[in-house]
Amino acid sequence: MRTAPIDPLSEHPSGGGRRGAAWRYARDTARAGAALLAGGLISLVSIPLLALALVTLVLSPLGYLGLPFLAVMTGLVRPLARAERLRVRLVTGVPVAEAYRPLRGSLTSRVRTLLSDVGTWRDLGWLLVQPVAGGVGLAFLAAAVVGPLFMAVVPIDFLRGAGDGKVLELLPLGAFFAAVGWAGCRPVAAALAALSSQSLAADEAAVLRLEVAHLAETRDETVDARAAELRRIERDLHDGAQARLVSLTMSLGMAEDEFERDPDAARQLVIEARASARTALNELRHLVRGIHPPVLTERGLGGAVEALALASAVPVEVDVVLDERLPAPLESALYFMIAEAMANIARHSEATWAFVRLWKEHGRLRLIVHDDGRGGADPARGSGLRGMQQRLAAFDGKFTLSSPVGGPTELFAELPFRP
Amino acid sequence: MTSVVVVEDLLLLRDGLIRLLSTNGLDVAAAVDTAPAFLEAVDAHRPDVAVVDVRLPPTFTDEGLRAAIEARRRRRGFPVLILSQYVEQLYARELLSDGAGGVGYLLKDRVGDVRQFVDAVQRVAGGGTAMDPEVISQILARRSHASPLAGLTPREREVLALMAEGRTNVAIARSLVITTKAVSKYIARIFAKLDLPPSDDDHRRVLAVLAYLNSTS
Repeated sequence: MRTAPIDPLSEHPSGGGRRGAAWRYARDTARAGAALLAGGLISLVSIPLLALALVTLVLSPLGYLGLPFLAVMTGLVRPLARAERLRVRLVTGVPVAEAYRPLRGSLTSRVRTLLSDVGTWRDLGWLLVQPVAGGVGLAFLAAAVVGPLFMAVVPIDFLRGAGDGKVLELLPLGAFFAAVGWAGCRPVAAALAALSSQSLAADEAAVLRLEVAHLAETRDETVDARAAELRRIERDLHDGAQARLVSLTMSLGMAEDEFERDPDAARQLVIEARASARTALNELRHLVRGIHPPVLTERGLGGAVEALALASAVPVEVDVVLDERLPAPLESALYFMIAEAMANIARHSEATWAFVRLWKEHGRLRLIVHDDGRGGADPARGSGLRGMQQRLAAFDGKFTLSSPVGGPTELFAELPFRP
Repeated sequence: MTSVVVVEDLLLLRDGLIRLLSTNGLDVAAAVDTAPAFLEAVDAHRPDVAVVDVRLPPTFTDEGLRAAIEARRRRRGFPVLILSQYVEQLYARELLSDGAGGVGYLLKDRVGDVRQFVDAVQRVAGGGTAMDPEVISQILARRSHASPLAGLTPREREVLALMAEGRTNVAIARSLVITTKAVSKYIARIFAKLDLPPSDDDHRRVLAVLAYLNSTS
């Protein structure tokens, strides 16, 4: 699917002069024809679906009997509506907003969501119009094709010498069809696209509502993750460094008492105290690494990932192309994600080689972590991958994992980035 | 007397280092808290060695490390001992990359072991190395299939680790409770397995080992 902006039918910057104009006219007309053909096909599919929708509506008062119909009907109508939205976008160059409320929970709550979703009813409204609209489009297309054929019949008939003049009547008819079809193609295609866009586009409020729901959800996840993280740090400090420092203070206090009486015992206590201090420092160091690795502060993401690669058991090639430091939260999220991915590679993949690539493209950050291991990584299992998803969700990022059995495994993440 | 420049921005630690070094027979020529002051002090006092904290103001990232590398660029092989709250193999590699020796890289907590720490400062001042055991263990933990270390026996690994820290054969023998002859034998075998030409020079062999390890990453 193309994601670059698409030129609307009527305008195109390139080409000048008469030949350019003629060429553009022909091409735009051909495009309009293709758009009408696609619309016609969609309308052909829409007719049985419209029937199904009517059956569903009739059955709906009967309660459970209507439910399977409702499920099947929306399951089929939504993809078709989506296809029509895509078609309209290709014709007009303007995307058509889509906003269905997410379905989750029990069957009844799903049904309730489906029935109360404006999107469902909007689709049905479009379904009523589409057979007619598509039919009109097909008629124009047919005229454009049939007209010239009619006109061609006359000279062929004449050449065969059987001209009794009857076919001559076809000439004005063919000319009429051709003129209407050819001239009508573009405005009709544009008008039908506008009509579909009108009936299918979700209103701004629905789009915003959906976005708000999504944001609320990711925010909750982030808050939960943050709280869990703080609890873990608190526990680590409490049971680790803090306890060590207490024991260290005790050893020193006892040593203070012993210096006069028993210098050897005092020395022993001081040695113990130092051991405690060393362990406490070690634990603090590990803790700090887990919160925010110092090398990340000092060298940014590129240096920190390189440091990770140096420590990795699997040789890792690092290619981080960033012309500036990323904002700290983003740096940290990406670092821990890469660290997690590299730990997974070392633990499970049996890979002999891996690479990490991070770069900016079209205002987005893209990350690939690839290894030549045995594959079969399942995002549904393992909390690590779920953690990654949550981390990324806070930045509106997405990630996909491709890991066929036998490898290779490739993790691809993408998130919006505004400098 | 070995003269030292101390570069540390935390007053508490700076005073502690000054006290610790001067009570152990070293002459603290200057104690400064920024990278530019450090480079100036090196020019002014021509010390035998500098003890430098990685993080310094104003950005508190890796100014100390960069300044140390700069000082060694200006004066090849100028001995520096870097202190840090944590160690990164990446930084060790950068410090060693000029191959001139006289490099130390230790965790700050090693200061607690006064005799060993002073020993390390002296060793670095004399052109030797003092790598933190933590750096060595990071390198040794990397047991990739391709690693040249894969072929070493556990005992040879131990010897290599101590060697990389900068210990002498005698010190290695003492800490592993074996004879110095046995140590020499292990070292010869390690050199053979790692394809390193044997050398008498104490610090050069360590550099060679580390350089070799780093070149394979």
